[in-house]
Amino acid sequence: MRWRVAFWFLLPAFLLYTVFTVYPLLSALTDSLWQWEGTARGGFAGAGNFTSLFTTFPLNRQLGPAFWHTMAFFAGTMLVQNTFGLLVAVLLVELPVARRFLRTVYTVPYLIGGLVVGYLWSLLLSPTFGPLNAGLDAVGLGSLARPWLGDPATALPVVILVNAWQYIGFPVLLFGAALAGLPPEYGEAARVDGANAGQRFFRVTLPLMLPAIGVVSILTFIGSMNTFELVYSLEGAQGNQPTGPGGATDVLGLIFYRVAFQEGGTNAIGQSSALAALLFLFTFGIAVVANRVVRRREASLT
Amino acid sequence: MRGWRVAGYLLLWSYAAVAVAPLIVMVIDSLRPNTEVLSRPLALPTTVDFSSYATAWTQASFSTYVRNSVLVTVGAVALDVAVSLPASYVLGRFRFRGSGVLIAYFLAGLMLPIRLGILPIFYLLGSMNLVDSRLGLVLVYAASGIPFSVFIMSAFFRGLPRELEEAARIDGAGEFRVFARVMAPLVKPAIATVVVFRFVPLWNDFFFPLVLLRTTDRYTLPVGLTQFFGEFQTNWSALFAGLVIATVPLVVLFLVATKQIVEGLTAGMGR
Repeated sequence: MRWRVAFWFLLPAFLLYTVFTVYPLLSALTDSLWQWEGTARGGFAGAGNFTSLFTTFPLNRQLGPAFWHTMAFFAGTMLVQNTFGLLVAVLLVELPVARRFLRTVYTVPYLIGGLVVGYLWSLLLSPTFGPLNAGLDAVGLGSLARPWLGDPATALPVVILVNAWQYIGFPVLLFGAALAGLPPEYGEAARVDGANAGQRFFRVTLPLMLPAIGVVSILTFIGSMNTFELVYSLEGAQGNQPTGPGGATDVLGLIFYRVAFQEGGTNAIGQSSALAALLFLFTFGIAVVANRVVRRREASLT
Repeated sequence: MRGWRVAGYLLLWSYAAVAVAPLIVMVIDSLRPNTEVLSRPLALPTTVDFSSYATAWTQASFSTYVRNSVLVTVGAVALDVAVSLPASYVLGRFRFRGSGVLIAYFLAGLMLPIRLGILPIFYLLGSMNLVDSRLGLVLVYAASGIPFSVFIMSAFFRGLPRELEEAARIDGAGEFRVFARVMAPLVKPAIATVVVFRFVPLWNDFFFPLVLLRTTDRYTLPVGLTQFFGEFQTNWSALFAGLVIATVPLVVLFLVATKQIVEGLTAGMGR
């Protein structure tokens, strides 16, 4: 292939990607180092924007809780969605009847998108007209009915459950693909040696699945750091709508939006860029380190 | 052993019910008059009533939102594929100085949280007069899809046999002809995976239009929905109808392209 042809083949993709994806992310990093007055760049701020994240009211009061909510979101999702997803994937391997149909059913909520899912569940969980409380009432469990999304005690767990309802198809499909790729000899050998189903799962299948579990964990982590639509539609941008839980569901993705477009004040660009830089380094750093660990384990397995 | 199987099937089918029940409630309540929905949230329809769809479609301008979503999503996916296909061809089939770096440069985008660049994107589009513009959204979306498209399509190009390309060259076809007539048609399955798998997140995306669009006439479905949920707060039947309208295209897509969706979700897992 001649140089000139290769150049023209590559150029459009290179330009589009560089201008609209790479350049904005790099400028967010450099913008964080300057003081801003609206859209006009002022003096060099150094670490000023970063320290102001932790000293300006109300941000200093919101950032810490939002960080822990995001970590709880990640931990809860791992525990509920990915553990259950693994169980379902294993069951689907062992139980062949209607396997494809079930897999399709589990994947449908994933397609719908965070915003629609959030609005749908905000109606289903509504304290006054919501079908869920009505259903509890109908089966005699009316005492369990509560304002699920407005009660600070239940709001975050409910958001995690709704998210798991939406994304369960993702671990089911990924783990399913990984399980299908496992060499059957190991399981057979363990069976011949007299291992029961539980032993075969925990001693043979699970260790072989570690790379896939690692990949799912990393993607879940990145997803948790980006959570925004679901909380926005379930609880509103402020998380304190009349029926809201008063900040009990503030996550980092939501705080970033508020700093950039609602509460940032004149230095919104500086402050939100500093927050973006921190989020980026944290997410990317953890993802890269975790990826290394997973790959090392993978190498030691083979 | 048998008891274990029964318990397993029971679990799988109960969860299937949990997965679809909310969607069934959504469809059923969209077909019941609002007074009924509010008085008895969980009930079967006494008569089937499509008037809520008419309300959402005309009064709440869902016709506009759907048209905008189709324009933006189709435009972005088409542009993404149009630029990624030739680039993937070069990156997948030719080695040259710097090709490794270029591949890494494109694939790094798979890990980049593009949303964090929203403010620079906003001002960049502003300088091009493309804020509150569907074209601006198309450009951002197409660019954000390039890493995934290059990832999928270059892997596919890499796997094609050399002979076809060489036969075409011997017949005197030029580089562009070899690409367009011989190679590109062979990667149709990869193109299908990219199209389906990029369509879903773009159709659902809320963050970028929330920030970049200002005029109701240009709203895509997700931003339209927020507006709608504010305006029609008490008309639950219409709210459910709106959610159904936003969902149907994706369900249809899923039913015709399950294979591509599963492949896209599990891309890179089969190593």
